[in-house]
This record gives sequence, structure tokens and C-alpha cells, in this order.
Amino acid sequence: MNSRPYFLFGAALALALLLPTGCSTVAEYSTLAGQAAGVITSDQAQSINRTAAAVEKTFQDITPEQEYYIGRSVAATVMATYRPYDQSALNQYLTVLGQTLAQYSDRPETFGGYHFLAIETEEVNAFAAPGGLILVSRGLLRCCRSEDALAAVLAHEIGHVQNRHGLRAIKKGRLNSALTTLAVEAGKNLGGADLAEATKAFEGSITDISSALMNSGYARSFENDADAVAVQILTRAGYSPSALIVMLREMKSRIGTDTTRGFGKTHPSPDSRIQHVSALIGSQPAVAVPAARQQRFNDVIARLR
Amino acid sequence: MKVNAVILCAFSLAGTLLADTMRVQVQSSQVRGTPSFLGQVVTTLTYGQAVETTGAQGPWMQVRTSDGKTGWVHSSALTTKRLSTQTGGAVSAGASGDELALAGKGFSADGEAQFKAQHADIDFSWVDRMLKMNASSAQIATFAKAGGLKQNGGAR
Repeated sequence: MNSRPYFLFGAALALALLLPTGCSTVAEYSTLAGQAAGVITSDQAQSINRTAAAVEKTFQDITPEQEYYIGRSVAATVMATYRPYDQSALNQYLTVLGQTLAQYSDRPETFGGYHFLAIETEEVNAFAAPGGLILVSRGLLRCCRSEDALAAVLAHEIGHVQNRHGLRAIKKGRLNSALTTLAVEAGKNLGGADLAEATKAFEGSITDISSALMNSGYARSFENDADAVAVQILTRAGYSPSALIVMLREMKSRIGTDTTRGFGKTHPSPDSRIQHVSALIGSQPAVAVPAARQQRFNDVIARLR
Repeated sequence: MKVNAVILCAFSLAGTLLADTMRVQVQSSQVRGTPSFLGQVVTTLTYGQAVETTGAQGPWMQVRTSDGKTGWVHSSALTTKRLSTQTGGAVSAGASGDELALAGKGFSADGEAQFKAQHADIDFSWVDRMLKMNASSAQIATFAKAGGLKQNGGAR
């Protein structure tokens, strides 16, 4: 008799562990129920599962490896418009600074890691392709007066990668067809029609992300999220988070009211971002900048002027 | 006895589900002696490799590898989801509703090859060069120190 409560506890525990926790399983459970009740055949159930699963696919279903391949093609697409700036000392400096900052982020490890490169345009702009391929324009580098300011720019871009903003620019319908086809056909070779569908989804995804990066920009909330990550990274690393505000003011004066190209076209007004960032930072004591930090920045970036 | 068996079953089920096997979701990741990017590298893990997690400190997971090495890996390199290779073969046997979407032929090296074939004007050579541009752990440590940065290697 004493064992009864234990039994109930054990059964409850087993039940709790077996209960579906994610919404992705709900469709499967209901079709199982339908089959059990004799309402639908197993073939019908299978096709329903496939359709139901399609509805539920989001950017979160993209694996880090898939993100890596998407990012490669996005970066290549951006570099078809914006020529890389082949300056090894500059790119090396961006690499060590950027990879150092990434270590202080909440997502220091991506499938292929974070990589940084300057692009030659005088346009004030920066791009973060999914997975961590980050491009910064010469025009934007010219806006930076200190390593802290440049760190603010790179940390903001790391924020876009950390939050997978690029992937979120992919139109949802594309992922439904792409990821569902692939999941269903796993372990088999894709047939011609499926392969064509997958290729179209890849192509379309690259277009969606590249056009968000170069033309339409992200939603204001994404920029605010990336700014919040930047403040977090700068603070953790020992840079001055207010360098982000300094940077936004500088950009505001450089781009003026030109919203037809570059940064002014794809980003919300610096004023609204300054307001948001100021609220995040609050009243933090100023960070003392060692001479060596400013010197190494001058050695590389000041040469651009 | 029957009751005991049920209890045992329930608990061993709990044990199976809670014994945290995690998999490496990045190309390669280093196991370190301390929970920090400044920690000595114990061994290097590759994509899909399984590890047992035995503890956590901030964002760092304490792990044991299949060959018995122990150390710390940043949690962003690990996932509890199943992973499959880009050719579609599952890295581990079995499949479940919560497995990561299978990589298949779309968002993969094959997809990229198709994309390249259709866009001769898009050049990937700088993407490949970029991916080879890296700062070593020693370079990052020197950079942080010389610049007066906080030297905790991502520890929190």
C-alpha cells in the first residue's frame, strides 16, 4: 500500500518527461490521434505532417552550418557591389579587434567564426552576413576617431550576427518549402523537382538578406537590439560604451540628411538610436584610454585620412 | 516488484533525458582547461561530435569527451539538438521531431555550387580569403593586454 504514492509519482514523472514541449510536435500528435480514431489513413497523416511542419518552419530551424553557407553567398553578393579594400595591415587590425570583441559576446562561436574585412567605398556603411562575415566601409572607418569608436561599430555588427537578424530577413514562405523538403527527404538523394525547389529557396534567401543589407535595412527594433549587444560587449571588454554615441553623432554629421544611400538609407535616424543607447548606458564612469590603444589605432586608421 | 520496475523505469528514463549529451554545432571548437578563452587548449572538437556535460559556469560548459578528456567549451558551440551532415546522413542514429532541420542539398556546399553556376559575376575568392583571416589566442591576449582591456577571455 505504501508503494502507491511512489508509483503515482513515477508515472507522473514519466508522463511529464514524455509530454511534448515544443509546438513542432503538436501537429504530429494530433494526426496520431486522428489515425487512432480511424478518421484518416496513415498516408493522409503523413502528408498532413509534412504540411503542418512546413507552417512551423522559422529562421530558428536553420542550422549553424546552413547559416554558414547562406552567409558565404550573402558576403560574396555584397562584395560584387562593394569591392574589398586590400590593405593587409588594416584588415589584420580589424581581424584582431573584431575577434577579440566576439569573445565577449553571448555568441562567440559560430560555425565558421567571425571574420572582418574593409571594403573600399566612401559610403558610410557596414554589413554583417549571417554566421559572422563582417564588412566595414572605408567611409565608415574615416568616421572613427578612436579604437573605442571602431569597436562600437564592429560590436554592433556582431550584435546582428548574434541575433541572427540576417536569417530573419528571409521571407518565411521560402523556409517552409526549403527546410521541409529537406527534412522529409533526409537520407535520400533529392529528386530533380526537390533539388530545383531547394536551389530556388537558397537563391531567394540570398536575395532577401542581401537586399535587406544593401537596400531596405532592418526593422528599427533589430538596430536597437544590435546597439544593446554593442553596449554589452564594449562594457564587458573594457571599452567605453559611450563611444557608440560618439560614433552615431559623427555619422549623423557626415551623412547629414542623405537617406538615399549607405547607412542613411538602411538605418533609422542616428538621433533615435542615440536616445536609446543613452538610456541603456545610464551614467557609467568614463573609461580611461591607454596611450597604446590610441597609438595602434592611429597607426592603422589615421593612414586612411 | 512491478511497482519498483515502473519507478526504476521512470527514473532511468529521467536519467537518459537529463544526462546531457551535447553536440558540437560549429566547424571546430576548443576544449579549454579553464572556463575562459584564455584557458589552455586541452583538445579540439569537430562538428557533430558528442560530449557529456558535467557542469556549467556562466556561459561555459564543463564537458567530457568520448576519449575521456575533460575541460570547458563555450555553450554557443554546443547544442542539445541532433545534427546531420550536409550530405543528409544523420551523424547519430535515430531521428526525432526536435532534430535540427536536415541540411540536405539546399543551404549547403551543393547549394552554393548551384548558386555559383548561376552567378558567374559573383566572386567567392575574397570570402575564402576572409575565412582564413584569424587572430590566434596569443595575438588576442597580447592585444587585450596592450590595449588595457579586461582580460577574462569571455569568463563571467
